[in-house]
Amino acid sequence: MLKDVRFAKSHEWISPVAGGVATVGISAYAVEALTDLVFMQLPAVGRKVKAGESIGEIESVKAVSDLYAPVSGEIVEVNTSLPDQLETLGKDPFGAGWIVKIRPDHPAEIDALLDRAAYEALIGSQPH
Amino acid sequence: MSESATSPLPRPTSLRETALCHWHAAHGGRMVDFAGWNMPVQYASIVDEHLATRSSVGLFDVSHMGRLSVTGPGALEWLESMLTRKVAGIVPGQFRYTLVTADAPAPLVILDDALVSRDTDATDGTPRMALVVNAGNRERVVAWLRSRLPASGVELVDHTLDTAMIAVQGPRAVDVVVGLCPGDSCTRIRSLGNYRGTTATVAGHAAAVSRTGYTGEDGVEVTVAASDAVAVWEAILAAAAPLGGRPCGLGARDTLRLEAGMPLYGHELLSHSDPFALGLGLAVNLEGRKFPGCTALATLKAQKPARVRVGLDLGSKRSAREGNVVLAGAGHTLAGGEVGVVTSGSFAPTIGHAVAMALIEPALAAEGTAVEIAIRDARQPARVVGLPFHRRPAGGGKPPAAG
Repeated sequence: MLKDVRFAKSHEWISPVAGGVATVGISAYAVEALTDLVFMQLPAVGRKVKAGESIGEIESVKAVSDLYAPVSGEIVEVNTSLPDQLETLGKDPFGAGWIVKIRPDHPAEIDALLDRAAYEALIGSQPH
Repeated sequence: MSESATSPLPRPTSLRETALCHWHAAHGGRMVDFAGWNMPVQYASIVDEHLATRSSVGLFDVSHMGRLSVTGPGALEWLESMLTRKVAGIVPGQFRYTLVTADAPAPLVILDDALVSRDTDATDGTPRMALVVNAGNRERVVAWLRSRLPASGVELVDHTLDTAMIAVQGPRAVDVVVGLCPGDSCTRIRSLGNYRGTTATVAGHAAAVSRTGYTGEDGVEVTVAASDAVAVWEAILAAAAPLGGRPCGLGARDTLRLEAGMPLYGHELLSHSDPFALGLGLAVNLEGRKFPGCTALATLKAQKPARVRVGLDLGSKRSAREGNVVLAGAGHTLAGGEVGVVTSGSFAPTIGHAVAMALIEPALAAEGTAVEIAIRDARQPARVVGLPFHRRPAGGGKPPAAG
C-alpha cells in the first residue's frame, strides 16, 4: 500500500482512489521535522477544496504549519480523534494517523504527484 | 531577534560559532541562525528539554550572549553614568539587572537589557566590572559604550569570542556543578545567593560561576575559556545525565523564560519601550542620578502608560503568537475592539496549555479580565493572569535572594 502512496512537495501523502475516495495524511518526515505537536485544526466535512489550498493547520511548540489539499475535491471524512491523539501522527503516519478523506475531482491529479522515490529524493536534499 | 534585523550594522556573511557549536551539530542539535549565530534550537523534543529543566537539570550553551569587561580606576563611576541601574553600591560578586540606554536619535533609545556585575577587585583595589548583553545587540552596545568611554581610566574589552558560557538550570543544577568542584569552590558556590557570583574550579578548569539564569529555576551560569568549553560541558552533562538532565536548545530556553514571565529584548522590550509599563521599573533608578535617557525615563515614570505587560492564559492547545491582536472580551464596553498585542506566546509545557505575554490597555489589565485573541481566522478566548505563569516550588534549598 505504501508503495502506491503519492506525495505533495508540502509533505502530505495521498492514497490511491478506492470507492471514489482517497486518504490524505502527512509524511513521517514531516512529523519528525515538526516535533512537539500540540494542536491540529481539521476542515469541515463537505468542504470543496482546490489542490494546494489550506485545509487545516498543525501547530508545534515552535510554529504553525498549514495542511494543504494535495488534489482538488470534496472533503468526505475527517479523522476527528486525531486532534486529541496527536502522538498517533508520529506512531502511524500512514495508517491510524490519516487526516482527511477526499473525493478527488480529477483522480489523475494524484498520478501527477511525487512517487515515493521522488519524495525520498526531495527530503534527502533538504537540510534536516 | 527581530530588532537586530533592522540594525544598520551589516549582516554577517557567515554564521558565528560558539566553542560548542560543533558539539551541538554532532549530537543531534538542529542548528538555526539566531542573531547571526549558528545555534541549536533543540536536540530532539523542546517539551522534553523544557520538562527536564523543570524537574532535574538542563544545560544551555549561552555563549552567544555578549560578555564584556569594564576595568580601571574609573570603571565603577563610568558605568554609574551609563546604566539605568544604580551601580555605585554594587559589591564584589554582585549582579544587577539593568537597561542600556542612549539619548540619541530619540530622547530615549533602549539598546538592550543586561546584567552588570562586579568581580573581585584587582590586587591594587581597582574595580573590575562586567556586562552580559544580548547576542543580537552586542555590536551596537559595544559601539555605543566605546563612543562614550572617557579618555583614560576605563578599559572596555569584549570577551565574547574567547570565552564560553554554560547555563546549568533546574532543581538539581547546583548539586551537579558542585559535584565537579573541589571543596573550597563547592562551598563558595553552595553559599551563593541569588544574583551573586564567584570564581571556582569546575571539572578542573578555571570558571566564573553565578547564581543567575533565564528559566525561572534555580541554577548557575558557568563562564570558562573557550578552549575549555567542550570539556566542561561534557563533564557537567555526564554528571547531569544520570539525574535525567539533558542538553537543551534555544526553543526550550524560550518556553522556560515565557513561563517564568521574563521579558525578551526584541519581543516584550523594544528600543522605544516604556520599561515601567513592562514591569521593569526595578531596573531604572532615577533618584539623584544622571545617565543617557534619564530625563525621558523620568517623564515616562510620571505618566500613565498606554499599554502594560500582562500574562494571558488561553486554556487551549492553540497558541497565540507575537503580533496577534488582543480584543476586549464579550460583555466589556469595548467588546471586540483592539486593546493590545501579543509579544510572546507558546504552548507552555509545564502548564499543559498555551499562554502568552501581551501589552494591553490598563483598563483591561486586571487579573481575571476576559479578552479574545485574533489568531488567524479564529477568536481565541483568554483570561488576564498574573506573572509569572510558573513559579518554582518553595523550599528548594535555595538561599534567600540577595538583591
